Amino acid sequence: MSTTDHRSPGSHGGDDTPGPLHGGPDDDYTPQQLAGMDAEELNRLGARYDGVEILHVDPPPAPGSGLEKQAERQVSLAFGAAGLFAVLFAVVYFGSDWFLPNWQWASTDNGWSALYTPLLGLTMGGALVFIGVGLVLFVKKLLPHETAVQDKHDGSQFDRSTTAATLMGGLDKTGFPRRKMIGRSLGFAGGAMGLMLIAPLGGLIKNPNKGNPLGTTPWAEGIRLVRDDGTPIRPGDQEPGSLETVFPAVEGGNFAADAATMLIRLRPEQMADLQPREGQADFGYGDYVAYSKICTHAGCPVSLYEQETSRILCPCHQSQFDVTQGAKPVFGPASRSLPELPITLDDEGYFVARSDYIEAVGPTYWNRERI
Amino acid sequence: MATTAVAPGQPTTKIGKAASEIDERLIVAGPLRRTLNKVFPDHWSFLLGEIALYSFVILLLSGTYLTFFFDASMAETVYEGAYAPLRGVEMSQAYESTLALSFDVRGGLLIRQIHHWAALLFVASIVVHLLRIFFTGAFRKPRETNWIIGVVLLVLALLMGVTGYSMPDDLLSGTGLRIISAILLSIPVIGTWAHWAVFDGDYVGDAIIGRFYIVHVLILPAIILALIAVHLLLLIKQKHTQFPGPGRTEHNVVGNRLFPAFAGKATALFFIVFGLTAALGGLVQINPIWLWGPYNPAQVSAGSQPDWYIGFLDGSTRLFPAWDINLPGDYTIPALFWPTVVVAGAMFTVLALYPNIERKLTKDTASHHLLQRPRDVPVRTSVGVMALTFYGVLMMSGGNDLIADKFDISLNAMTWVGRIGMIVLPPIAYMATYRICLGLQRHDREVLEHGIETGVIRRLPSGEFIEVHQPLGPVDEHGHGQLTYGGAPVPKRMNQVGGARRAVKGFFKPVERISDVHIGSRQEQRGLEAAEAERQQLTGSGRPSEGGRPSDGGRPQDPRD
Ligand code: HEM
Ligand code: FES
Repeated sequence: MSTTDHRSPGSHGGDDTPGPLHGGPDDDYTPQQLAGMDAEELNRLGARYDGVEILHVDPPPAPGSGLEKQAERQVSLAFGAAGLFAVLFAVVYFGSDWFLPNWQWASTDNGWSALYTPLLGLTMGGALVFIGVGLVLFVKKLLPHETAVQDKHDGSQFDRSTTAATLMGGLDKTGFPRRKMIGRSLGFAGGAMGLMLIAPLGGLIKNPNKGNPLGTTPWAEGIRLVRDDGTPIRPGDQEPGSLETVFPAVEGGNFAADAATMLIRLRPEQMADLQPREGQADFGYGDYVAYSKICTHAGCPVSLYEQETSRILCPCHQSQFDVTQGAKPVFGPASRSLPELPITLDDEGYFVARSDYIEAVGPTYWNRERI
Repeated sequence: MATTAVAPGQPTTKIGKAASEIDERLIVAGPLRRTLNKVFPDHWSFLLGEIALYSFVILLLSGTYLTFFFDASMAETVYEGAYAPLRGVEMSQAYESTLALSFDVRGGLLIRQIHHWAALLFVASIVVHLLRIFFTGAFRKPRETNWIIGVVLLVLALLMGVTGYSMPDDLLSGTGLRIISAILLSIPVIGTWAHWAVFDGDYVGDAIIGRFYIVHVLILPAIILALIAVHLLLLIKQKHTQFPGPGRTEHNVVGNRLFPAFAGKATALFFIVFGLTAALGGLVQINPIWLWGPYNPAQVSAGSQPDWYIGFLDGSTRLFPAWDINLPGDYTIPALFWPTVVVAGAMFTVLALYPNIERKLTKDTASHHLLQRPRDVPVRTSVGVMALTFYGVLMMSGGNDLIADKFDISLNAMTWVGRIGMIVLPPIAYMATYRICLGLQRHDREVLEHGIETGVIRRLPSGEFIEVHQPLGPVDEHGHGQLTYGGAPVPKRMNQVGGARRAVKGFFKPVERISDVHIGSRQEQRGLEAAEAERQQLTGSGRPSEGGRPSDGGRPQDPRD
């Protein structure tokens, strides 16, 4: 009950009697009655008012008993350990590079920097876990175990009927069911506004078919095949049976997403079996062939070349491509051959591309065949 | 009015007065009492959802810390930090700032690793929580909404993971991004458009990490937070389910009140989860991006695996055959579309709709608040195990190269094992589970009818040996139990029915006298009776289960959970 100050001006304005519907438990229990109950009675009364009944209480160990002392010791030990770990954390965290060795990574590892993060984790983890353990022990060993039961309320027909009436009454007053024109115009405005609000997302949309970057790479006629460090390659630099990853000799060529290419020197036996794809017999140069490194499945760089079987394996989903058959997929989920780069030599005897790839490299998409 | 006298019931202590001051302003005593009195069922499986909640809190805390240092930019820079092996290497600022977090920020590596471990735990606990909801039938009416919210949360958690580990721009995450790009491209008709919208152009561009960043730190967490709030509000509104047992009905919840027992346990669980994550974050290295190196489209790190929760998609992608569909007009539906977009979409759609599917098929439209034991619903349980088996085969196939390597099996054989296993194993799992459920059911009935096997063998005068059974309740003239099965666990060992006294407490030496244990158990018995008597008396007027409350009096009621 609130107290009212009757002395100051302005405090006489309203009527201080509660409305007729005010009520609830305050009508059933006067302050005097409540004051006469002890805490446990009040606790149970409140619970009962919330639909909760305390069915049964297992008392905690008797005060002063051995059991209680033991539990108290255990709980305090856990909390104490938590505090200790937290202090240790601070010591390791702040002490490193002060009175402890430097925590930073060093190639001549003195041991401490390798221990730093593990020690932080151990001490922080220890502190947090021990707080938790202390709490569990406390709840299990020192709190009374009570079993309570609470009622579930099923929906009430009273609520449904009265709410429905209120809603329908309000709707009736607006007259919308009758005034159709307002409803329709509002619907139109709402729909259009919704569209207006999402329209700015149109800024994300770009036409992928303009300029055709999907079908093209930095390769073009006369562009040298260079290694990652930029050095060009001559026939004879590579052993038969070996593979080298090459890039177009253009600015940023070694980071272009679709340009990485494998230059493979075939062994004589492989040359004998060579079955290039139709119309691509002249794409190689001598015993050299160049295939795109970007897997036609999902675009991973294919990387493992097993020369005995002539297969290139993609590490992502294990598609395998046969280099003697125009890098045709022979196992796994890839469905298309790795595109072949037509190559030749320039005047100085270095490998160059004769043109860009004649088809799109990388994963398949809806209109790939049309590009 | 005399100012010295305290009105009856008014607080006299300092704290009491302060509390009273607060309540005069906010009027919170009522709702607060209702909250403190809320009863939570006491079963370990209900903690799984809490673990998910707590790992999300840990993610928010550790993630916020990371944002102070992470720079989601794809601009190129040259590394000059503390980690010598990468000095002078060209890399993106995203990768550089992640290295700085690991090597130049004091304690940064700990928080980074805590964040990653918490992410793994988050998804894992969501999945296990989902399994408990599924196998016990907690999703049935009226909780279908919470189930759907849950599935959405699961999908969002996966997206959180994917956007998160794509951001450092190391070799592993770059490979993941490349596959995400290919998956977007594989969508029929709109694939290239979708790719251009997400990546702002061709792969890889310079926008994607910045975009993933805002999705990862703002958009997804905000949605997840809002959905968790609704999830928990619905839970409070609808109240917990509970396993059947003595005194438990469709119309009540038996357990502990929120305060103090449940609050104590829940807080303890939070600290333990946080502590374990912190210990893992410090002691067990995770995602050491400095070993992978910066992203380079021409390289791939060997034997690298995505985080576990993406493994099933990796597996389905490995198993699906190379079936491009070529349409007239030179259009193609790439094979990649099926094991990624379609499989994932179908799995999550079926999952989300499962409660409705089950309701259609069983025509069970009633509300349920009592859980089912998996054995009592053999069809659902078997369907669940079948789905898990399918998922397991996919997940195993996501690591089939490692398995092939470890056990020296050919990779191609492993792929075929996966392809065949994915089709053959689930039905086998279904049938096996079904039989096991029926067997367990039958055993329950048997114990109820004949009693518990005591292990005592008796020789009859006729020379026949029989095992003595302890009936669980009254028996008829043939010695058969008359208890019916009520969906609760049936005790199967003598100790569960008081065949042995509880152990004397104390680790090294007993801290209580042995006679106390006797007295204790006798007191307990008496305590029970007393509690029962008290209850009769206390609740005579307004026993909640009789639908009354002390002051109902036909007045309009406060809204109440
Ligand atoms: C961000 C992820 C999630 C969080 C933080 C979360 C949290 C929780 C918590 C704390 C509870 C109460 C404790 C319990 O019953 O375990 C709960 C209950 C529930 N959850 Fe979740 N949950 C998440 C995801 C899910 C998922 C994926 C599903 C299912 C698809 C789901 C379905 C449910 C249902 C139906 C309940 C009510 C269970 C009952 O009353 O017995 N939740 N959730
Ligand atoms: S990306 Fe090469 S097999 Fe999938």
